[in-house]
Amino acid sequence: MILAALILIPLLGALLVAISPSGSSRSIAMMATLVALAVSVVAAVKFDYGQAQAMQFLAAVPWFDQLGITLSVGVDSIAGLLILLTTLLGPICIACSTTAITDRQKTYYAWFLVLQAAMTGVFASRDLILFYVCFEFTLIPMFILISLWGSTNRKRAAIKFFLYTFTGSVIALAGLVYVAWHHANMSGGVWTFDILTLKDSADNMSPTAQGWVLLALMAGFAVKVPLFPVHTWLPLAHTEAPTAGSVILAGVLLKLGTYAILRFVFAFAPAALVEYAPLLATLSIVGIIYGGLICWVQTDIKKLVAYSSVAHLGFCMLGMFALNGSGVLGAVLYMVNHGLSTGALFLLIGMVYERYHTRSMKELGGLASKMPVWSTFMVFFVMASVGLPGLNGFVSEFLCMKGAFQASSAWGSGVWNSVGGPLPGATVGNLGPWYAFIAGTGVIIAAMYLLYMTGKIVWGTLVEPAGHGHGHGTDAAHGSNGSHSTLPVDLNRREILTLVPLAALCLFLGVYPKPVINALTPAVSQAVRTVHENAATTRVPLATTHTPTGAEAHP
Amino acid sequence: MMERLSYMYPEIALFVTTCLVMVVGLSRNAVTRGLTPVMAAIGVIIAGFLAYTTTPTGAEAGNSAAGQVLLPNLAMYMKVVIAGVGLLLLLIQAGTVDRVEEALIAANKRTYDPLRANRAEYYAFFLFSLTGLMLCASADSLIWLFLALELTSLPTYIMVTISTARNKSREAGVKYFFLGALGAAVFLYGFALIYGGTGATNLNHIAHAFSTDGINSIAMAGILLSVLGLGFKIAAVPMHFYTADVYEGAAPQVSGFLAFVPKTAGFISLLLLLATVGWGYERSGAAPGLARVLEGGITRASEFGTSLPDSVRLLLWVMAALTMTIGNVLALLQTSVKRTLAYSSIAHSGYMLVGVIAGPGATFAHSGIAAVLFYLLAYGVMSTGTFAVLASIERSPTPDGEAREVDQFDDIRGLTSTHPVLGWTLTICSLSLLGLPPLLGFFGKLPLFTSAIHANEYVLVIVLGINSAIAAFYYLKLAFLPFLEKKDDFAEPIVAGPFASRTLGALVSAAGVVVLAIVGSQVMDSVENAARDSVSAPAQAPVPKAAEHASGV
Repeated sequence: MILAALILIPLLGALLVAISPSGSSRSIAMMATLVALAVSVVAAVKFDYGQAQAMQFLAAVPWFDQLGITLSVGVDSIAGLLILLTTLLGPICIACSTTAITDRQKTYYAWFLVLQAAMTGVFASRDLILFYVCFEFTLIPMFILISLWGSTNRKRAAIKFFLYTFTGSVIALAGLVYVAWHHANMSGGVWTFDILTLKDSADNMSPTAQGWVLLALMAGFAVKVPLFPVHTWLPLAHTEAPTAGSVILAGVLLKLGTYAILRFVFAFAPAALVEYAPLLATLSIVGIIYGGLICWVQTDIKKLVAYSSVAHLGFCMLGMFALNGSGVLGAVLYMVNHGLSTGALFLLIGMVYERYHTRSMKELGGLASKMPVWSTFMVFFVMASVGLPGLNGFVSEFLCMKGAFQASSAWGSGVWNSVGGPLPGATVGNLGPWYAFIAGTGVIIAAMYLLYMTGKIVWGTLVEPAGHGHGHGTDAAHGSNGSHSTLPVDLNRREILTLVPLAALCLFLGVYPKPVINALTPAVSQAVRTVHENAATTRVPLATTHTPTGAEAHP
Repeated sequence: MMERLSYMYPEIALFVTTCLVMVVGLSRNAVTRGLTPVMAAIGVIIAGFLAYTTTPTGAEAGNSAAGQVLLPNLAMYMKVVIAGVGLLLLLIQAGTVDRVEEALIAANKRTYDPLRANRAEYYAFFLFSLTGLMLCASADSLIWLFLALELTSLPTYIMVTISTARNKSREAGVKYFFLGALGAAVFLYGFALIYGGTGATNLNHIAHAFSTDGINSIAMAGILLSVLGLGFKIAAVPMHFYTADVYEGAAPQVSGFLAFVPKTAGFISLLLLLATVGWGYERSGAAPGLARVLEGGITRASEFGTSLPDSVRLLLWVMAALTMTIGNVLALLQTSVKRTLAYSSIAHSGYMLVGVIAGPGATFAHSGIAAVLFYLLAYGVMSTGTFAVLASIERSPTPDGEAREVDQFDDIRGLTSTHPVLGWTLTICSLSLLGLPPLLGFFGKLPLFTSAIHANEYVLVIVLGINSAIAAFYYLKLAFLPFLEKKDDFAEPIVAGPFASRTLGALVSAAGVVVLAIVGSQVMDSVENAARDSVSAPAQAPVPKAAEHASGV
């Protein structure tokens, strides 16, 4: 019930926004997202952490019996954490749109709320079709947000975003339907799209069939992540989207892809996943390095952060394809951490853009002298993004690399076992130290481009765009971008308030991630165990047949 | 003969209405004349009701001498759907003909002259075509099928021609007529060859002959030609060439009619015809060579009941893949909304052909026939919605009062801000045509996916998926130009036409797209029943294919 409420509250809010006068849109939207946040916090409190791997808050309503489709919801700790991230970013995005969005406010806030409902639905659904419905439906609001409130090249960005993700996900649908058909075949013609039921019957699928299922699913989900060769929509969409759109895109929408991979590729094609892991991990590493190198030559700071998402999600995927406890745990944490720190970076860039109407590094510099508060936050979140120990990025990046490092039989058990006992989380896998080593260079590249950008913009001599005085007198020239004459030189209280929760969480997850890790560990172990058990039964060539123990996750 | 009449009440009701409409439409009294469409609507409603209550189903139909034995429950579902979508189509036909004439008469500038007015004929032809379509659904012999198909098509040639006063409509009508005659000749030739090969015109007898003696080459040539000829009705490649020109030339409400009525006739005929060559019931359901006894004393071996003959399947496969791809790719290149919708209608035929290839199955999810039948309903509702929007808007009329229609993508920019109902209808219906969940189009496509995967047609499923993605490009334009774009300041203003019922038709279609996606489960029950052939027992569980699977599929 509580999950249905989390989906319905934003939808109701959207309805209210649609029927009430334009002036009150923002306050209604803010109320709706705050209520959703409160409800999700209540849910987090009521969540039974002893059974964190089990689906909780179950509810189901039949929909299409003939096809076995039900509207069923339920979350384990992974989905729950991502829902919390979604509901947290909701009010923040509404707040950051206050001065940025002055045109067609009603449409904007209504669709924003619909987007939040759809994203919550993705994480909450227990039914494949409900998942797919929500997954696809996120495209429409995002398409509208980009094409109405984006910057100059917005139409192309919106179309590219839609076509890339839609094409991929239709093929993924074919894969999902195949999985359901397989189950129907095994169980005498009874169709169901219930994820847990399908997961059980996927064990009997032949490795060849699993390979095809993996390819079909990855066609859809890798685009969303985005994994290296299909990432080209992302920088464009990020750059053109309005600030709140970028925050949601980086914060949650990309996670739909990683979440779907963890949820469905792990469950439905485990043996094939083990087989393809080196290839997929290689693509992730290419993404890390290539994304990082492209960041280095950017002059548009928003584009830089956008490309950094490609690199960061590469780490996340690397950890996931390590297929062991620390790797997958790191990947899940990475989803949250990337959402917090990159989301915050987009907010900060939006704030500068509202003041200077430029994002070019050539036209901005030395802002520390003029905007000390903004600069403080900027440096803080850049550090979080780089992976400075003590902040959240470090924890997840380290776990991902550790997972990749250990994911080979030699390093997971043999040699390392002789030196000081078995490593926690050591399992079999097809990656190894080389993967971690090469990905590690990505960390250095990340430090280089992010610090280079910070150095250019925050420190040094003050550079402002030509013709930009203190008076912000050029408003009229910016048309629908609206009046920002209310904005002070440095951040105002509202802007600080949007950043503080993110900063606090970055710090908390960096210093004391243990509660979150404890909550995630059972769910992660279960996902990993499924893969390994299935891989063992279908006898995919692995170096050893070491069966992982329950304690493979990082303590 | 009398027995046949006993299950033709809906057609009889439509025919009686047609006669009344022809008389009333010629009345000198303007008010009485105005009642013509109302009368037609009442006739369609009665026909739908009669179809629901009086159509014999299942064993009843199987036992009657003239019933369809192959798909005994098809008629009821199809006739109700035909009446329902027909009513929707009737709503948007208001004022198609005689608009200028009636305006002059109302202004007392002219007296009523039956020779100049077309209202009576127009609605009569509309109803004739629907009658033909219903007759298709209950056809049991080749002769009947041919006559029903022609009764469906012939009125449409005239409807296209008189739908507007432009020369383009006349050109479209002539083109449609000649190519339609060619198509009819092709499948008539095919029917003749089937008769030559089997000595029977009754579909049940043909099925019997095929199952006992096999399909000889003459009959096979006949089946292939018939499939090809029916491709004209459903606008499938390579018989699609007329589509774009005819849809463009006709008034939008008539194009909407063409997108549903002849297409549905074609698909029903295709299903009935292919049912004679066996078709896979449940693919692994019965041991080959096992004779099955049908009610009515007709036996049929299942050796042709396991799948379509290879050549027929190959033809359909190639047609499906080409139809989807060519339809969608050509739709991308258009600047005219009607031409785009025409090519998209070609593509949708391709999607449905995938269901035809998948063939019957024991449950809704396994049955390609069920998928086709459900998709026909879904496509009827959503395509009528888009055409209804086009029919509802126009440029300000010419001095002589003739409507000037809106046809370019540029014209629908910013439609939502001036006409919210029409704009949102276009958005919803286009997104549904695209197959975006959770709208009706998605739940139409899903059974196509499930049944085609069940029939191991993986390549077709991927082609279908990629085509849905190609279609996204032009459907997005159609869906979001009205909503996201601003009207060009210099563009000629677009006004809503004077016919409220067209807007109502648009609204009902949009509502249908949403509501059917929520309560579609009830409809699927009837579809599942309609797609069931007389051989498979109603509640028969399919045989698990675990053994087949274990051998490494």
